[in-house]
Amino acid sequence: MNQAVHLSHEVTMIEAINLALHRAMSEHPDVVVLGEDVAVNGGVFRATDQLRARYGIKRVMDTPLAETLIAGVTVGMAAQGLRPVAEIQFMGFIYATMEQIVSHAARLRNRTRGRLHCPMVIRAPFGGGIHAPEHHSESTEALFAHVPGLRVVIPSSPARAYGLLLAAIRNNDPVIFLEPKRIYRSSKSVVVDDGKALPLDTSFVLRRGKDITLISWGASIKETMEAAAKLGEQGVDAEVIDVASVSPIDYQPMLESLEKTGRCLIVHEAARHCGVGAEIAATLQERAFPYLAQPISRVTGYDTIMPYFKNEMHYLPDVNRIVELAQGMVSASREVQHETV
Amino acid sequence: MYNTTHEFSVSSLRYLDENGVAVKSIPQELNQSELVMKAYEAMQLGRLVDKKAIALQRTGKMGTYPSILGQEAIGAAIGLAMHQEDVLAPYYRDMIAQYLRGVTLAEILLYWGGDERGSAYQRCKKDFPNCVPIATQLCHAAGAAVQMKVQGVHRATVATCGEGATSKGDFLESLNLAGAWQLPLVVVVNNNQWAISTPRSVQTSAETIAQKAIGAGIRGIQVDGNDFFAVYDAVRTALKRAYDGKGATLIEAVTYRLGDHTTADDATRYRKSEELQQAWDAEPLKRMRAFMDAQYDWDDDKEQAMLEALAAKVDAATQEYLETPPEPPTAMFDYLFEEMPTGLQQQRAEVAIRQLAKGGV
Repeated sequence: MNQAVHLSHEVTMIEAINLALHRAMSEHPDVVVLGEDVAVNGGVFRATDQLRARYGIKRVMDTPLAETLIAGVTVGMAAQGLRPVAEIQFMGFIYATMEQIVSHAARLRNRTRGRLHCPMVIRAPFGGGIHAPEHHSESTEALFAHVPGLRVVIPSSPARAYGLLLAAIRNNDPVIFLEPKRIYRSSKSVVVDDGKALPLDTSFVLRRGKDITLISWGASIKETMEAAAKLGEQGVDAEVIDVASVSPIDYQPMLESLEKTGRCLIVHEAARHCGVGAEIAATLQERAFPYLAQPISRVTGYDTIMPYFKNEMHYLPDVNRIVELAQGMVSASREVQHETV
Repeated sequence: MYNTTHEFSVSSLRYLDENGVAVKSIPQELNQSELVMKAYEAMQLGRLVDKKAIALQRTGKMGTYPSILGQEAIGAAIGLAMHQEDVLAPYYRDMIAQYLRGVTLAEILLYWGGDERGSAYQRCKKDFPNCVPIATQLCHAAGAAVQMKVQGVHRATVATCGEGATSKGDFLESLNLAGAWQLPLVVVVNNNQWAISTPRSVQTSAETIAQKAIGAGIRGIQVDGNDFFAVYDAVRTALKRAYDGKGATLIEAVTYRLGDHTTADDATRYRKSEELQQAWDAEPLKRMRAFMDAQYDWDDDKEQAMLEALAAKVDAATQEYLETPPEPPTAMFDYLFEEMPTGLQQQRAEVAIRQLAKGGV
């Protein structure tokens, strides 16, 4: 019987992450998992469920409650030959790790001229929309995307969570793997647990279209895809690209798309100012300006503190904001074309 | 009233007093001519390199440099006590320990001379490079100790830091983990009394640095950091315990920073000259020399011959350092990732073309 068929089933994103961790630990004895509540409890979201039972106390470690330590120990373990996968319980608590990640994980290969390197992954759930307490809902991926020497990867579906996490663990450099917890359990899709990784540094075209290019990542892919469907009903054919690796960014599919559509709208949950969307917009206008019929636009979180959950829906980009702006861009340039003709 | 449930104490160790007189019987395996000679030679070499490095900096041939003046016994003891397969996670005043483990003098000069290849050690390949962000190396050392434990390697990791670092979370969090996980870790605090301009008394109200081990549930001891034998004995004992699965040790080596913090610092702004003068009386080389004169027939002629040989070594390393051409500027891209992302390749090409236009390679 074909093993791949045997192992494929519909899973949520959190289950896909768990499958990838089991797969990575089973195929490589150097892969270890550490973090707060990851071992006995299996993680507060259950991402690491059953790893301790299967791989034992030496490879699945409950750490003391100290984020700086988790990141720093992960650097030390990775530099000496393990492949640690650390969990920071929520991205809101990741800031204590910044010095270890920025000054060490990102730099060790470079500063030793390749003598030491850090094959490590730091996973953290992030983003809003689950009615969480204060400090549990921010999207600050741009802080890490700015740092040379890091990869910052954000999945947007169970299959991409599985394939990208495997790729991150197998990669010989540090990866910040940010998991959009709003879509941890919101839908299921088929994941084939065949150990096949997806490529890093790659953006994925999720929907083909010719009128406008919608670029997003993480949980906002959900609203972006819904907006594309709604635009379709209104006669606007939208292409959707999932950036997936927000650092380094694969611009090729975006450039190809813009050549076709001439319009680009970037959607992200994070605050707008110095967000990853700003970098994408700047690069695309440098490299695709002749194709553009309209200025590149953005639908993003606002440049304010993420509101507590009673008002978080007013902060997060929703389908209507995307549809309205996209519709406006398309009709504006259609009018211009019409006048020119 | 309250009952006493736990009581703690801190012990200290010293073999040689300031005049090089043994105040306590030195264990036979320490008082061996080979070990004593190696230690003294390493300390003298360190002092010569230090002097050279400062001279190079003052003449514009090197970058900012942190002097190790007065800390020579600590470096020599760590370097000689460690097994080659142990791992060192040093801070930036451990040049002697690094040299004894196989880092070349030219590499040491290259690092402070602004060249990343200074950390591409050709020997002791698993040692961590100099760590500048204070106390962060303690976490790496703990991680390396975890790796040893996970993979069943019966070796240990040694981390060093100054007493200023003991105020940081990284230090305390690492000690705590070393206790909780019984890690094969040895932490040597170079308590040289000054963190740039901040004196030990401002850093903490703890009576000793060694007692910070108590809160972490690990062994902590205080040693005379100017006494090679005391530091060496403490480090070798701590290593043995680590190899045997008996957990981590914190060693507070009490010494004095005889130099400025770095070549960019001027300690006369914040430190009394009387204090410095007093500290010179306790410095490590003088007492070792007195001990060797008394115990090992050392004399001025032997000293002179040794210093000349060491100076030749330092001159050769300096020459090698000065004659090492800089890496091509494209090297800044070449070691960032194992696989270079496309965007980076484009930036690299831009730098390469600009370099070609300038007639470089």
